[in-house]
Amino acid sequence: MRKVLILSLLLGLVTALVPAAMAQPECDDAIGCVVLEEGDPIVIASALASSGAVAFLGEDSGGGIEIAIEERDGMLLDREIELVQEDSLCSAEGGQTAAQRIAADEEIIGMIGTNCSSAAQAALPIISDAGMVMISSSATSPALANPNTDEGGAYLPGFYRTAHNDLTQGAIAAQHMFEELGATTLATIHDGSPYADGLQIVASDTFAEMGGEVTFQGAVNIGDTDMSAILTEIASNPPDVLYFPIFEPEGNFIAAQSADTPGLEDTTLYGADGILIDSFPENTGDASLGMYFSGPVVSGEEYQAFLTQWEEVIGGVPPAGFHAHAYDGTRMLFMAIEEVATEGEDGTLVIGRQALRDALTAIEGFEGLTGSLTCSEFGDCATGEALGVFQITEAELNDGNWPPPVVWTPRDSMDDMEGEEMDMEATEEMEMEATEESDG
Amino acid sequence: MTALTKRLNFDNFNGVDLVINVLRVVIIALVIIGSTRTIISGQYTAQQWVDLTISGLAQGSIYALIALGYTLVYGILLMINFAHGEIYMAGAFTTYFLAAAFSRSDFLNNFPWLAIPLLLIFSGLVSMTLAVLLERVAYRPLRGAPRLIPLITAIGASFFLQYTFRGLYGSSFKSYPNVDALDGSFTFGVFSISYTEVVVFVATFILMAGLYYLVEFTKLGKAMRAVSENKEVSTLMGIDIDRVIVFTFAIGGFLAGAAGVINGLYRPQGVNFFMGFIPGIKAFTAAVLGGIGNIVGAMVGGLFLGVIEAVGPNLILDGLGIPGANQLKDVIAFTMLVLILIFRPQGILGERLAEKKA
Repeated sequence: MRKVLILSLLLGLVTALVPAAMAQPECDDAIGCVVLEEGDPIVIASALASSGAVAFLGEDSGGGIEIAIEERDGMLLDREIELVQEDSLCSAEGGQTAAQRIAADEEIIGMIGTNCSSAAQAALPIISDAGMVMISSSATSPALANPNTDEGGAYLPGFYRTAHNDLTQGAIAAQHMFEELGATTLATIHDGSPYADGLQIVASDTFAEMGGEVTFQGAVNIGDTDMSAILTEIASNPPDVLYFPIFEPEGNFIAAQSADTPGLEDTTLYGADGILIDSFPENTGDASLGMYFSGPVVSGEEYQAFLTQWEEVIGGVPPAGFHAHAYDGTRMLFMAIEEVATEGEDGTLVIGRQALRDALTAIEGFEGLTGSLTCSEFGDCATGEALGVFQITEAELNDGNWPPPVVWTPRDSMDDMEGEEMDMEATEEMEMEATEESDG
Repeated sequence: MTALTKRLNFDNFNGVDLVINVLRVVIIALVIIGSTRTIISGQYTAQQWVDLTISGLAQGSIYALIALGYTLVYGILLMINFAHGEIYMAGAFTTYFLAAAFSRSDFLNNFPWLAIPLLLIFSGLVSMTLAVLLERVAYRPLRGAPRLIPLITAIGASFFLQYTFRGLYGSSFKSYPNVDALDGSFTFGVFSISYTEVVVFVATFILMAGLYYLVEFTKLGKAMRAVSENKEVSTLMGIDIDRVIVFTFAIGGFLAGAAGVINGLYRPQGVNFFMGFIPGIKAFTAAVLGGIGNIVGAMVGGLFLGVIEAVGPNLILDGLGIPGANQLKDVIAFTMLVLILIFRPQGILGERLAEKKA
């Protein structure tokens, strides 16, 4: 009796599924399609660090996504956009859990996230397997865009990011220190995160290759408030530049306490995009004056307009430095969806998953807030051409001006070289922008 | 000496004792070798050592004030209030807004010696209210339940408070305003101590002295000590246990809130909903180091932990040639905890709880 029941249930299930399968419009995509009936929303996901110590990263990127959706009134291809939000924390476990939940929902086209490289590495195999795409706004580890697993690479098809690969940013910082600031000795501090460690390794290696001397490479813990021990150690052999590509609040503590550490008076402080946030000078105080940062040149009118929108939609100011990356990533995803979606006669919408990946990979010269984006074969969409070096002046410290003026870009260095093809116009534009900023 | 021969008594020889004794010798040797080599190498000047020690003592004062809350509650209820770090955060975070307002209106810079105590008291009251509420809502209904249950509740309460405050004040980092009157330092020869550090020490001393007086010389303190000795007999003597417990939470909360402002003056950055987590764990470590349940022990444990953390990496690990010594700061702190638990489970000043209470 029971067997009959199960059998009939199974039979019922099969008959229910077959018509659905048959009704599917022609999907000739290699890895499947997302098919949306008339009136179905377009579903995308976000997997960000929404809780835990770096929840500000999740809020920051989440705001970028929200604004990207808001500015088109929540509609894409005349359908509503539905955002599924998962918490990927800042850890491998978090990334894995969030990715599994997203992969289980076949309606989801792609996701924005994760914030942390550790989470991205765990999420990527699952997302890639499910045929989806993920666009990270702040996972900067070089491994993610490296397909060679023997070298520790973790790239899999479906991965994209608008964040800068640490290889680019670290090298640019080192180049600026050595060539422009004339530094000969460098000390670095990281916080044990793949982001900070990756950046300081690249910067130290580049600096040493150029002929500089790396005198100290140390680390603090996330959550430390007393930096006097490590600063005293550095001060026992003071370097020209102290590079600490970490986050708030550890970055604030290091900058503020270095001012009270005897021996570090002549050391130049140098940070990266993780602390290139408008709250940094206010939180750090006088010690941040004259400090340098590498980071994307997100400035100009469009960025100001974005900040106004942030104030309206979310309120306040973005809590970290990757909101523009998330905004750009979301817009890239929308653009790619618009490009590959085909509408059937019965009102269904078909989005080929491989076609979507191809469309993202083919992105070239996408004008984003974080500069012109061109995706590489391995998902690196930030080209590094929009990276620059900023310096905090009185205006940022006392008058709330943000972002600080751009004092150097890699193009400045290229100007000195021969035989390099370059875009003089862009350089001039950037310099003009920088001057305008410092005036304002 | 007799204790040593007793421990090395070969009649009762067993493997565990051997391992522990070897461990003890190895650790002491490592500490001595590391320290000697660092000092001989002369990498740091005497002035730098003094600076490190002073900043360690200041950080330790903050640990000690929080640790007192753990130890007071443990002394009476035999429970670890893991939400205590969040009580500290609540005071520090809420008072930030008052401090910012004081700073904007120039009250903070014109009358710093009035404004700072006001901030301390305000923060203390915020934390105190929250601690009392927490006891009423989360812990009192569980009195008499197995000891694991309030412990898990405390962890839950800790998350609840963190994310409530995140909802209230947001997740971005804030900084306490700078107090102009605290810029600068006293100099004695080559040594110097900043005004901020002096304020940290003075405020901590006043609070601790106040607590000591309260516990040792008032009726309430007597009642607290009585309840911690034996709850049933105290009830028979006419002590209202609930009232004593509420007061205990209130005092612990007040100290934590005050510690939040002291921390805000000393390390202004990093005010955030998550800021109580690490100090909470460190203070708990300090309380265990000093001997949990022992008030003077918590003070000593906090100062000791602060100094070890500040001096340890450079003194011990540098000499051993360990790279990235400063990242191992927490390792030193928690190794201390493990060592104390192995070699002196009752803590530096603790009483033997094994027979009496546990």
